[in-house]
Amino acid sequence: MIEQTRDGRNATTRKLEERKEFRSYIWGIALALVLTLVPFALVHWAAMPRLWLLSAIGAFALVQIVIHFRFFLHIGFWQKREDLQLILFSTLLLVIMVTGTIWIMASLAMRMTLPAQP
Amino acid sequence: MSYEAIKHPGLNLGSAHGRDHDAAESMMFGFWVFLMSDAILFSMVFATYVTSVGATAGGPGPHELYDIKSVFIETLLLLASSFTFGMASLALKYKHGTARLIGWLAVTLVLGVAFLGFELHDFASMFSKGGVPSRSGFLSAFFDLVPLHGLHVTGGSIWLICLVGQIAMYGVDTQVKLGVMRLALFWHFLDIVWIAIFSVVYLAGLT
Repeated sequence: MIEQTRDGRNATTRKLEERKEFRSYIWGIALALVLTLVPFALVHWAAMPRLWLLSAIGAFALVQIVIHFRFFLHIGFWQKREDLQLILFSTLLLVIMVTGTIWIMASLAMRMTLPAQP
Repeated sequence: MSYEAIKHPGLNLGSAHGRDHDAAESMMFGFWVFLMSDAILFSMVFATYVTSVGATAGGPGPHELYDIKSVFIETLLLLASSFTFGMASLALKYKHGTARLIGWLAVTLVLGVAFLGFELHDFASMFSKGGVPSRSGFLSAFFDLVPLHGLHVTGGSIWLICLVGQIAMYGVDTQVKLGVMRLALFWHFLDIVWIAIFSVVYLAGLT
C-alpha cells in the first residue's frame, strides 16, 4: 500500500520533471532561433557600418553558444563542477591560442607588405 | 519536488534507470573531455581561416562564393536536428518506448543528411565559380574548416545509423543508452561549432 502511494508520487514527480525538461528544450530552440534570425536579417538587409555589424554578429553568436550549453547540453552552476570548469579552461586555452595566432599572423602580414613606391 | 543530483553534461537519465545512471557518469565525462579537445582543434582551424581570409590571390572571395540563403537553410536544419535529438533524449529518459526513440532519431538523421546535401550543393556551386581549394590561401583554409565540420556531421550520422542497428539487435540496454547520450553530446556540440562557422565564415564574410 505504502509502496503504491510512493510509486504514484514518483510518477507525478517524473511527469512534472518531464514537462519541465520539455519546456527547457522549447525555450532553447526558441531563443536559438531568434539569435540566429537577427544576425542573418542584419547582414541581409541592414545598412550598418562594418565594425558595428561584426560586433553584433559576434555578440549574437556568443549568446547563442551560451544558450546551447545551457538548454541543450544542460550545463549550469548547479551540477558537478568539473564539467563547467573544463569548458572554462578549454575556452581559456582556445582564446589564448586563437588571439595569439591572429595577432602574430596579422603583424607578420603587416611587416611583409612592401611600402608604397613614392 | 526534489531534484536529483546531476552527474554529467547532457540529459541525465536519473535514478529511475538504476545502474545505467551510475555507469553514465565516468563515460560521459570522458566523452566530454574528448569534445573539449575537439573544440581546441576546431578553434585552431578557425584561427587559420581568419588569418588567411584576405589571401584570395586575385581569385574569387566570400562575396562571389557564399550563398546566404543556402547557409540559412543549413543553419535551420541543424538547429531543428538538435531539437529533435533533444526529443529523442527525453523519449529515452522517460521510457516512451523504442518506437518513439527510433522515430526521433530517424527525424534527426533525415535533417542531418539534408544539411549535408545542402552543404555539398554549396561546395559544388563554389567549384563551378572557380572556388577550388588550390585556387588561393583563403579557399584552402575555407575547405579545411567547413568540410571538417561536415565530416563530423557525416561521422555522427553513421554513428546514429549504427545505434539504430544496435537498438534493433539488442533493445535499449545500457550500452545503447550510453551511446545515445554520448551521440547527443556530440550532436549538440556540432551545432555549437556551426554557430561559430555561420558567424565567423559566412556572416562576417558577407558584411
